[in-house]
Amino acid sequence: MAATQEEIVKGLAEIVNEIAGIPVEDVQLDKSFTDDLDVDSLSMVEVVVAAEERFDVKIPDDDVKNLKTVGDAADYILKHQA
Amino acid sequence: MNPTNRTVVVTGIGATTPLGGDSASTWEALLAGRSGVAPLQQEWAADLPVRIAAEIAVEPSEVLARPLARKLDRSAQFALIAAREAWADAGFSAKAGDDPAVDPDRLGTVVASGIGGVTTLLGQYDILREQGFRKVSPHTVPMLMPNSPSANVSIELNARAGTHTPVSACASGAEAIGYAIEMIRTGRADVVVAGGTEAAVHPLPIAAFANMMAMSKNNDDPQGASRPYDVARDGFVLGEGSGIVVLESAEHAAKRGARVYCEAIGQGISADAHHIAQPEPTGRGIADAFANLLDNSDLKPAEIVHVNAHATSTPLGDVGELRALRSVLGDDVDHMAVSATKSMTGHLLGGAGGVETVATVLALHNRVAPPTINVDNLDPEVDADIVRGEPRALPEGTIAALNDSFGFGGLNVVLAFRKS
Repeated sequence: MAATQEEIVKGLAEIVNEIAGIPVEDVQLDKSFTDDLDVDSLSMVEVVVAAEERFDVKIPDDDVKNLKTVGDAADYILKHQA
Repeated sequence: MNPTNRTVVVTGIGATTPLGGDSASTWEALLAGRSGVAPLQQEWAADLPVRIAAEIAVEPSEVLARPLARKLDRSAQFALIAAREAWADAGFSAKAGDDPAVDPDRLGTVVASGIGGVTTLLGQYDILREQGFRKVSPHTVPMLMPNSPSANVSIELNARAGTHTPVSACASGAEAIGYAIEMIRTGRADVVVAGGTEAAVHPLPIAAFANMMAMSKNNDDPQGASRPYDVARDGFVLGEGSGIVVLESAEHAAKRGARVYCEAIGQGISADAHHIAQPEPTGRGIADAFANLLDNSDLKPAEIVHVNAHATSTPLGDVGELRALRSVLGDDVDHMAVSATKSMTGHLLGGAGGVETVATVLALHNRVAPPTINVDNLDPEVDADIVRGEPRALPEGTIAALNDSFGFGGLNVVLAFRKS
């Protein structure tokens, strides 16, 4: 069963917490991964791989650069999850 | 003063070793003659011919924030911990620039290891084979590259005068400190954070070293396994950790009123050009390094009262080093208290030169030489005054000490320090 947007944001928050140590409550839709959440381009790859696994979705490398905010990623996953 | 021949001093020290999580606890254990060697508890160790090592006393995970630690190879974690201690010990309150006492453009780092991020490399290869390419960490390359410890210290401290990583196996840490001395002496930098680090406690390096017949197989007596100069020595015991010093031009240190441990006089360097992994049997290469030191510094043999020897507890190496020392320094060897601290720390490979420089600096500073443990039956071929059992007081007045490091590949490095 597909995850809701709320579930996706919660999942992303747990992933970002694991990788960058940011408190889960700080991971909000409008937050930029690089500017707000201390996720650099290398750590972003880790976030993507963890999200792919968690939400059963494929996020091609070419699409990763468009995922600037948590909201971008949540929308992408919502649209593409199996 | 001539900018190509500036006086260099040591103003800060830091360490994390098998004996303690900082330089003070390491030094205390060295003076007490405590061994850091223990049986390996890991599952993979059960089938290895060597099942002992000197593992770190305080795990980096207890010290470093997790998001930072997970992006650093274990060797870089050790180096960062030791560098932070050394930086604070030198009296700096923040990174260069934020602390106005040091200009970022005049601060460098030189931190070396023998093998680089070997546990990262092998761990990620396991992931590649077991879980596929997508799971290989994007941090793998910046973690495993040998210059990663130096680079991470440079980033942490805002050091912009250069970040370097000389690699010469077990001489790496000493070569790094020698390189740093030259950076300051020649005017490229005013302050350099330098040392060695190593994290190679993993079945592959252990199997490889064991198959070279280089390691002690004294699994039944871990604390007695590293026994330089004893007739029963049968190879080195692998250790891990890091030792870092802050080197500074004497002028810069005086200007900011820094506490000075001692002068870093310089170094002697040579290459054996003999065999990739065996010492040159006559000791010619090592002797050349001692001679090179005397030729290129104002060190007087009469000043040398202490030697922190390379002495890894191998049958040939330990006595070869002393033979070379005697061949160059003659009767002056008689007033040198020789310590083999690897009897307690194990052999930290590229980390050894860093940790042993910290020990040498503290020996001069406190005027006491640490003991060599496990010398139950002194090898009759040892023609030097080995400090055994108890620490030994060093004389008053101007005294100097040497720290020797020799690496596979044939590089010989002798560092010299002096306290007035």
